[in-house]
Amino acid sequence: MRYIDGVVSLKLDESACVGCRLCTEVCPHAVFEMQDRKAVIRDRDACMECGACAMNCAAGAITVEAGVGCAAAIINGWLRGTEPDCDVGCCS
Amino acid sequence: MSVPAHWMTDVVSSAAGEVPTVATSLTASDRLGAWRVRWGVGRMRFRVSPGLYAAGTPDDASPVLVTANYKLSFDALRRELGGADAWMLVLDTQGVNVWCAAGKGTFGTIEVIRRVLETDLADVVSHRTLVLPQLGAPGVAAYDVHAATGFRVVYGPVRAADVPAFLSAGMKATAEMRRVTFTLRERLVLTPVELAIAWRPKTLLALAVVVLLSGVGGWGFSTDAMVRRGAFTALAALAAVLAGGFVTPALLPWIPGRAFSLKGALVGLLFSIAVIAVVGSAGIRPNMFGGAAIVLGVTAAASYLAMNFTGATPVASPSGVTWEMRRALPFQVSAAALAVVAWVVSAFLGVTP
Repeated sequence: MRYIDGVVSLKLDESACVGCRLCTEVCPHAVFEMQDRKAVIRDRDACMECGACAMNCAAGAITVEAGVGCAAAIINGWLRGTEPDCDVGCCS
Repeated sequence: MSVPAHWMTDVVSSAAGEVPTVATSLTASDRLGAWRVRWGVGRMRFRVSPGLYAAGTPDDASPVLVTANYKLSFDALRRELGGADAWMLVLDTQGVNVWCAAGKGTFGTIEVIRRVLETDLADVVSHRTLVLPQLGAPGVAAYDVHAATGFRVVYGPVRAADVPAFLSAGMKATAEMRRVTFTLRERLVLTPVELAIAWRPKTLLALAVVVLLSGVGGWGFSTDAMVRRGAFTALAALAAVLAGGFVTPALLPWIPGRAFSLKGALVGLLFSIAVIAVVGSAGIRPNMFGGAAIVLGVTAAASYLAMNFTGATPVASPSGVTWEMRRALPFQVSAAALAVVAWVVSAFLGVTP
């Protein structure tokens, strides 16, 4: 199943990659693959911005605005002027 | 641990003292508990005490599997460990599952480090490897855990069911084990809590008020009008919740469109037409404004509820959710407002409801 294309905030600085492969292991959507011992983005639009890759990239080559992908939480954030906050139900 | 839980079967001794042994099969009580929390009952109290547990009779060479203290997560893991000898290191995620807790950071680097130190894990096992669930990775920086504890983090499979195969393959996960799925079964198991959240006491109270108001119109107050208009209004509310909270999640991949709000609106539109057909066959024919109220209201509400399901899926990116909300919310709000206006106007057209 595919979600909306062309919107995710995932960025990879290939020159900073040290080739540890951890991003290819932690990503549950196989967004990354290894090419010539460097990670490259294979399928950006499959990214759900969970942040696992950036969190585990010791080289700091990956950035992504990770967060809560729930509409009610985002509305909560808008209303309160804060980050999305899911104190309303499912994830609390 | 004061009172042993029913799933603790024994203790094993380790270099760091006695460790409780867990059953590797679930009992009726475990299953009942799981069913209750799926319906949102006592979900935030469904926890196990954090700490170290034993499956089978592990020794100092046995693998250490890390999990959350949400009992559904803990149960999902222990029931796969029949026949295996392993340690289970349960983090304090405040009763939240691995994936959500990793997003919040409670299944996180600091908690892993704290729990490793607190349980004297370095004395219990002679190796220096921790197996974490892959879906815990958004909260844990493997290199920081290694630096602080000397334990190397290996990310195991997404699903607990793959843990035995992962272990027997020498802690190697296949590409398939690393991919998250969202099958019909996985989607269906999440829908009851969506329905339970929609049917809160205040929702029912609001519905009761609306049914009462259904009796008010150009005719003054009429019990007959209340029954007729109240019936189709209540049916419309039920249809909206079913369309957005159950049918859309269940049929998600097969409904046209990418945005959940669009999928929900399509299902809501079909359901609103079905409502008009059903009340029509019972001899209740809403006038044009009443019909418009049903179509607009059910479509808007189903669209909103479906949009909310994004948070429960392992596919929707927050950027995508924000993108669709900025576009869908104005439509949802205007359609809902128009539905209310049409519903009121319909009560002042003609003499009978």
